[in-house]
Amino acid sequence: MNNFNENICTEISNVPNLIIRSMSQIKSLADLKKKREEIKTGLDLRVKAIDPENHVQVKVAMATCGIASGAKPIMEFFVEQLDRRNIPGIVTQTGCMGYCFAEPTVEIKLPGKDPVVFGYVDLKRADLIIEKYIKEGELIDGIIPVNYETIDSKE
Amino acid sequence: MLTLALNILDIVQNSIRAKASEISVDIIESKKTDLLEIGVGDNGKGMPEELLSKVTDPFVTTRTTRKIGMGLPLFKYQANLAGGDLSIESGEGKGTRVKVTFILGHVDRQPLGDIAGVMTILMSANPEISFLYSHKTDNGDYRFSSVETKEYLGIKNFNDSHLLMDIKEMINENLKDIGVSDLN
Repeated sequence: MNNFNENICTEISNVPNLIIRSMSQIKSLADLKKKREEIKTGLDLRVKAIDPENHVQVKVAMATCGIASGAKPIMEFFVEQLDRRNIPGIVTQTGCMGYCFAEPTVEIKLPGKDPVVFGYVDLKRADLIIEKYIKEGELIDGIIPVNYETIDSKE
Repeated sequence: MLTLALNILDIVQNSIRAKASEISVDIIESKKTDLLEIGVGDNGKGMPEELLSKVTDPFVTTRTTRKIGMGLPLFKYQANLAGGDLSIESGEGKGTRVKVTFILGHVDRQPLGDIAGVMTILMSANPEISFLYSHKTDNGDYRFSSVETKEYLGIKNFNDSHLLMDIKEMINENLKDIGVSDLN
């Protein structure tokens, strides 16, 4: 896993406009505010209007089964990496979807498309999901098929 | 669940599902008394007495996808392993408060883990809920409020990953200051 993180880091270091996190310590809300203002001036201000329809929506299943299987680092990964890779997205948590055998699971809804649920998501697959599915719209292995659409509901 | 922080993340989901608008996580640890106490309180819809009496039974859940719920039983099991227990106070319309105790120096007590990460995840994923986190040790205490932070920074939600990392760092630095050691 460490090697993998290093790979990501080298990849990220090629991204322009990356803010190198300063070493100054943050201990109070005042420090937090100061740091935020520093960042703002160094960053091209991306307009983040809250319009879920035009955003990638990532929902990480975080019930007992998901958390026990490692959903927390996956969620942190998505929050961090969508931002770093300049993908407008909203990452939220959801409850158990009944796919406990395949946890951690992540549901991705691209604008104008039906949601897709990916199972067995580790950091490597999360990276693949961002690169292949979110960026290119290309499906990858390990999708949990939608099982609520029956023959009846298809007409 | 390998850390207490993950157990907290799990049972806070109960509060979120109970439609709470305020959730507090209080941790008190004392080397003097060798006790660790974790409290999770909410102002959600609460539960009736008959559910309360059997809610730590794994075969009881309000969820409809399956007939078992493991969150509270797992946390209780961890407390029992480390010489402590889990108790719940609740009433319909009165919210719920879960209290979990441990012997701090017990060999089987799980480490606290990434509590700062858990709090930032909860805040970013649930912007409409107000989270209050407080941590008390023999050396002092630290308090973090999501509402206060939002007001101070003049923001409405925490969907900026740099800010989240900074908040996590801020919480961790303050916890280290008051002598919280098992944060990983």
